Amino acid sequence: MKQLMSGNEAIARGAYEAGVTMAAAYPGTPSTEILENMVEYKEHIYSEWSPNEKVAAEVAIGASIAGARSICAMKHVGVNVAADPIFTYAYLGVNGGFVLVSADDPSMHSSQNEQDNRYYAKFAKMALIEPSDSQECKDFLAEAYEVSERFDVPVLFRVTTRISHSKCIVELGERKEVGHKPYARNIPKFVATPAHAKIAHVKVEQKLKDMEQYANTSILNKIEENGSKIGIITAGIAYQYVKEVFGDQVSILKLGFTYPLPMDLIRYFASKHETLYIVEELEPFMEEQIKAAGIQCIGKALVPNIYELNPDIVAQSLLNEKTETKKVDVNVVPRPPVLCPGCPHRGFFYTMSKKKNTVVTSDIGCYTLGGMEPLNAMDTCICMGAGFSAGMGMAKAFEVSGRDNKVFGVLGDSTFFHSGITGAIDILYNKGKMVPVVLDNSITGMTGHQENPGTGKTLMGESTTQMDPTDIMKAVGFKVLVVDPCDLKAMDDAAEEAVKSEEPTAIVTKRPCVLIKGLPPFKNKCVVNRENCKKCKMCLKVGCPAVFFKDGTAYIEASMCVGCEVCKQVCKFNAIEKVGE
Amino acid sequence: MNDAKNILLVGVGGQGIILVSKILTAGLLKAGYDVKMSEVHGMAQRGGSVTTQVRYGKKVFSPIIGVGQADILVSFEKMEAARWVEYLKPEGTVVVNNYEIPSIVIASGKADYPQGVIEALEKVFKTVTVDAGKAALEVGNIKTQNIVLLGALVKALELTDIDWIEIMKEIIPAKMVDINIAAFNKGMEL
Ligand SMILES: Cc1ncc(C[n+]2csc(CCOP(=O)(O)OP(=O)(O)O)c2C)c(N)n1
Repeated sequence: MKQLMSGNEAIARGAYEAGVTMAAAYPGTPSTEILENMVEYKEHIYSEWSPNEKVAAEVAIGASIAGARSICAMKHVGVNVAADPIFTYAYLGVNGGFVLVSADDPSMHSSQNEQDNRYYAKFAKMALIEPSDSQECKDFLAEAYEVSERFDVPVLFRVTTRISHSKCIVELGERKEVGHKPYARNIPKFVATPAHAKIAHVKVEQKLKDMEQYANTSILNKIEENGSKIGIITAGIAYQYVKEVFGDQVSILKLGFTYPLPMDLIRYFASKHETLYIVEELEPFMEEQIKAAGIQCIGKALVPNIYELNPDIVAQSLLNEKTETKKVDVNVVPRPPVLCPGCPHRGFFYTMSKKKNTVVTSDIGCYTLGGMEPLNAMDTCICMGAGFSAGMGMAKAFEVSGRDNKVFGVLGDSTFFHSGITGAIDILYNKGKMVPVVLDNSITGMTGHQENPGTGKTLMGESTTQMDPTDIMKAVGFKVLVVDPCDLKAMDDAAEEAVKSEEPTAIVTKRPCVLIKGLPPFKNKCVVNRENCKKCKMCLKVGCPAVFFKDGTAYIEASMCVGCEVCKQVCKFNAIEKVGE
Repeated sequence: MNDAKNILLVGVGGQGIILVSKILTAGLLKAGYDVKMSEVHGMAQRGGSVTTQVRYGKKVFSPIIGVGQADILVSFEKMEAARWVEYLKPEGTVVVNNYEIPSIVIASGKADYPQGVIEALEKVFKTVTVDAGKAALEVGNIKTQNIVLLGALVKALELTDIDWIEIMKEIIPAKMVDINIAAFNKGMEL
């Protein structure tokens, strides 16, 4: 059967066909749909949203040790979080096959950096496999499990946004039941003490040598020879761009098994061509190694190492061909993403935007948009968890330097479960003078509404224990002020009280994301009374896309408004009224 | 570049572009083409500028195109057409919805919505202006603007041999099918 599938759907299908029984992940663009699609195979595969990537990797590692073929998936920066168990598991080796999917995001469509995770394979000493389209996502995954079990190594399966989110035609196969490998306690293998690790390191170096030999003849690496003087080595999505530009006009060595690199095969290919080009997206991962092996080639001297490639960039780099384009004479205004109308985060950030002498260390989620125009109520956003802990560092530094800035450390509910709890403990343990704030909108918003430990539902749709950030903060030892962030007076009171409080005090803002399905319908809307409007533009300061100026006065677009009343509360002239019910 | 055809759909998060690309790719697939489609999810969906690319032909390699390579640009919002025209071939066609959604920069009073977008497009490119909002209201649901534009796209690309009605029946929930078919037909007439 043939079907149009995204790379992520194809990875889920590939896991099913390869006989995988265990899957764990934490959401993150562009990886999220891998596990969302895994649920389709729930008769055969247990899948979970773990609270963070480290937990997901450890769950999948445990399953592999128990004998299952397991998979964990995450976005590129998630691998940073999961790195600790991964590096050691690379030394130990597997029982059931183990694959870590890293979905990188060149061009940072939805990310805070564009790190090239292929280096993790070399760094941790694992095998690296890179598909170039959806069909290969599915087919190469089966091979990844063969490699993992044959060489006793974890496999890094690396995709990028354009692989994950592009749909192409896929020919489906059948599931191969492989069952679970037997499990028996094996202390030297799975207990990573220094004594065992010393032995494991020697072994893993040998495994790399063996894998390199294997890679030379692997079905994932193939030469498309046409007798040209030029030869191109490429992998991943860059292969598709090379084919788009050159078709059958040049010889190509297409690599799918990219660490350890098949150096004999590369040397052979190089010897057949006068000039060798390396076309790879982002860093010169292959080029560096190929040059180090003494093989002449041209790569990043021509192909950019910043942002994603496309056929046009490849043509420009290698052929110096510039595509003709035409522009039109229009002053195009930027269209950045914004907090939705009715978003509960708006009330909190509006409150912060009014405060002087205040520092807001924030974090990653929809609420990062509180740092954009016109709210601009944010000082930092680094990585998940840093909303609390970087705030702690700033608060301590202010204390030492004798400044009196008030620090609010902010993160969302999913981020709280991910890596906020340890930061909260640090604040209390080390007596941080700051206010931790959890913006609890009852869902993992930014990545498209995944369940989390606070929602009472699992990925597989089962009801489960619902954990409340308020209870957890209390259990840690904070006094907790729970507030509806869209009630601006209550929000401001809570912020003032928390700052003044003698006891360590935290705030939890509680109001669900307006996009959650199944919420009661929004019956009310806000409308502008044009008679009363004094055109002061205060209402524009809340940064709601439904509120703008039209024909000289404020105007609220009825089709967008959900009646949260934040704009109504900032209007000093009663020009915004509530209607409906 | 080989002879694949390139479609670029642009608009604002929430305008229903993904559904259109889904119907489009299903139809092209049924017609026997090789098809690749690329969309970007995540951050941009919160009211930001969004794009989807659809490529079809005998054999398609890259799921995306660079500047100057789209045969047709379908813009679900007026200003977005101007933002993305650079991706159009010089001889390409713009199908533009005469519908304004102010971006937050405009809404918060920091800039004005640009004037004369359609005229500027017409000066440089073959331009088809569609009033999808009006057409959608005429069929009875403003949310069918996206399908009106699908109709206009199918007409502009002369893909009328494909049984789009059948495809829509497969993809769109039953109680919404009729109104969407009406919207599609409206788009074909415009
Ligand atoms: C280490 C890491 N993992 C995953 C992500 C992707 N990611 C960005 S925001 C987000 C969800 C945030 O959810 P929440 O904290 O509940 O805030 P909301 O978006 O609902 O406001 C995720 C998973 C990331 N940026 N970094």
